[in-house]
Amino acid sequence: MPTATLDGVDVAVNEEGFFENPEEWTEAMAAEIAKAEGIDKLTDRHWQVILFMRNEFKTKGAGPSVRALGKSSGVSVKELYELFPKGPAKTAAKIAGIPKPRGCV
Amino acid sequence: MADSQPIEKVSIVISKGSLEGVYPGLIMANGARAEGIEANLFFTFFGLDAIHNKRIDRIKVATVGNPGMHMATIVGALPGMSAIATKMMSSKMAKLDIPPVREFMEMISDTGAGLYGCQATVDMFGYTKDDFIPQVKDIITVGEFYDASAGGQIIFT
Repeated sequence: MPTATLDGVDVAVNEEGFFENPEEWTEAMAAEIAKAEGIDKLTDRHWQVILFMRNEFKTKGAGPSVRALGKSSGVSVKELYELFPKGPAKTAAKIAGIPKPRGCV
Repeated sequence: MADSQPIEKVSIVISKGSLEGVYPGLIMANGARAEGIEANLFFTFFGLDAIHNKRIDRIKVATVGNPGMHMATIVGALPGMSAIATKMMSSKMAKLDIPPVREFMEMISDTGAGLYGCQATVDMFGYTKDDFIPQVKDIITVGEFYDASAGGQIIFT
């Protein structure tokens, strides 16, 4: 199983770089993951999405799709794509240390 | 050896105006954007109904000539059958949080995907750009479609 070193800690990730164990994630790791995804600076708006992802995962056991994010995170679909151009749900899930959301819509 | 080059761009052609002819292309375009893949949608022939401001809310399931419906042709042809099938399918889709066509178009446009109408069929049906939903970026020729699709995959539905 591959590992990534984030904030000085070795964590287990899958082949796509998503956390195997979301509980290993800390907020201090987010900036480093974001940078690798092409996001140089995490703004408050990014954090709103990231923390929403964490919370959804914690309460529902899976991360939300882009549509669900657009409806419930307080960030519109348009802005989500501005914040995370390479796919909001996918990228935010990776930065938030949770598995990749599997929804089709 | 398998070619594992990731897909970076898709152009999806929607040529049919039935509900089952429209949704797959929309889901694929939206899903492409969710994966960070560049996406364009090109509507042609009856697919234009899906972006036509007066027809977009009336996209229906085909109950005749559609073996997947598992009903006799004569039953499918009964008045109201298509409306009933559409209502049933729409409610199933709503349960999966798949939006109605108009809302889906707005969302797909917000993802940054381009929506285009086909010039030849727009002319054929006597439409103008004003007949379409505002998310439609332009009415383009087939040559312009290929230009816009350069470097990507083309999917015809």
